[in-house]
Amino acid sequence: MLQKIYDWIDERIDITPIWRDIADHEVPEHVNPAHHFSAFVYCFGGLTFFVLVIQILSGMFLTMYYVPDIENAWNSVYYLQTEVAHGQIVRGMHHWGASVTIVMLLLHTMRVFFQGAYKKPRELNWMVGVLMFFIVLGLGFTGYLLPWDNKSYFATQVGLEIAEQVPFIGPEIKTLLAGDAEIVGAQTLTRFFAIHVFFLPGALFALLAAHFVLIRRQGIAGPL
Amino acid sequence: MKSGKGMKFVGDSRVRAERTSQIPKDYSEYPGRTEAFWPNFLLKEWLVGSVFLIGFLTLVLAHPSPLENVADPTIIGYTPLPDWYFLFLYELLKYEFASGAYTLLGILVIPGLAFGGLFLAPFLDNGPGRRPPKRPVAVLMMLLGLTAVVWLTYESAAAVDWEQLAEDNEIVLADEVDIDEDDPGYEIYQDNCMSCHGGSLEGGPAGPSLLESEHDVDEIKEIAVDGIGEMPSGIFSGSDDELETLAEFIVDVTGDDED
Repeated sequence: MLQKIYDWIDERIDITPIWRDIADHEVPEHVNPAHHFSAFVYCFGGLTFFVLVIQILSGMFLTMYYVPDIENAWNSVYYLQTEVAHGQIVRGMHHWGASVTIVMLLLHTMRVFFQGAYKKPRELNWMVGVLMFFIVLGLGFTGYLLPWDNKSYFATQVGLEIAEQVPFIGPEIKTLLAGDAEIVGAQTLTRFFAIHVFFLPGALFALLAAHFVLIRRQGIAGPL
Repeated sequence: MKSGKGMKFVGDSRVRAERTSQIPKDYSEYPGRTEAFWPNFLLKEWLVGSVFLIGFLTLVLAHPSPLENVADPTIIGYTPLPDWYFLFLYELLKYEFASGAYTLLGILVIPGLAFGGLFLAPFLDNGPGRRPPKRPVAVLMMLLGLTAVVWLTYESAAAVDWEQLAEDNEIVLADEVDIDEDDPGYEIYQDNCMSCHGGSLEGGPAGPSLLESEHDVDEIKEIAVDGIGEMPSGIFSGSDDELETLAEFIVDVTGDDED
């Protein structure tokens, strides 16, 4: 039955070569922990992606309850945390997942760096990866404000004050992020929410796609 | 695959009528013990992912994510702290050479050089050798950077009393505390005590909660005038009558809890 459905679709849109391109590639011996245990360092990149997927899924569920407005943001998080079935787990996955993403990303970056895997011809992929590192830090910064508790409020205020000190464009950066030159308030929360769930994830997905296309095109760097 | 004359298509589309093979390539021709990703290797990756997920969920279940009181821009003395992975940048700004007149060094130049160097690493370290001993400068710079980040994070985190911080910021819901806001004492409380002890006597970073206070009227009067612990003297300003009303109001609220 499934095979028939697959054949029906395949006859019309020739889907086999598309997924073959993604799935059908070789795994060389030197990256396979089944043959050399020390090759577990090659798992870091995949695990980073895995945590990112956890972040995306748990974040999608969080937005079912979260209200990005200063009257209700904290209350909605508190309600999710204390009243909603499994709400504490979903929020916990997103909260701790943020830290785990940073840790895995750091490990993955260090693996690539100390193996010199960024050398010609893989310079572009390294730069795409570092850009993603910055985007993930941006996601951490904007996400920190969203629960709208004292911790997030005052940390964001400090962060914005630091941005303000950038010469020439500092005040403009602050206004762009906070929605006002002085006030950290309702506008700031909606802007951070928009940046956190639309702008940065959009950029992240584009770079992630580039990262994977490049690694598929170039293959994994050879053994040292 | 055939191409050119004689090619067959599905209907009037550009899809070829000849089916492509679904059998994976034979990777045994490749050097070493090369394996097909699909489905052989993916099954093993699945296992690693499952173990990772179990560990992660254990962490999540063991530690509910923290939440402090709702943001209150009017409270005084709150020590702002970023998430742990920004602590190193935060700590850097506390050094003399990175603050005050040298703020630009702290917020732009030093992080800019570090992250710019990371971004452009393939061009700065452009020799042919990949092994760490063949590129000592790059490796040393990275080790230096890593050590600095770890050290700064440690310095910043070690200076914080995390347990005290969590205790100070425990959530107090306003409707859990029964306070008569029409009491004349509450007005005096608002004028003299609220900025540190909070609108519902729940306390804040600059003053402890008064809800569990065990002092009697006379002791509270004395504390309001002379201070106690970190609380300085002379906070209360008003007449003796007002002081009496205030102390009775506070004892009233805290006394309610014991009933």
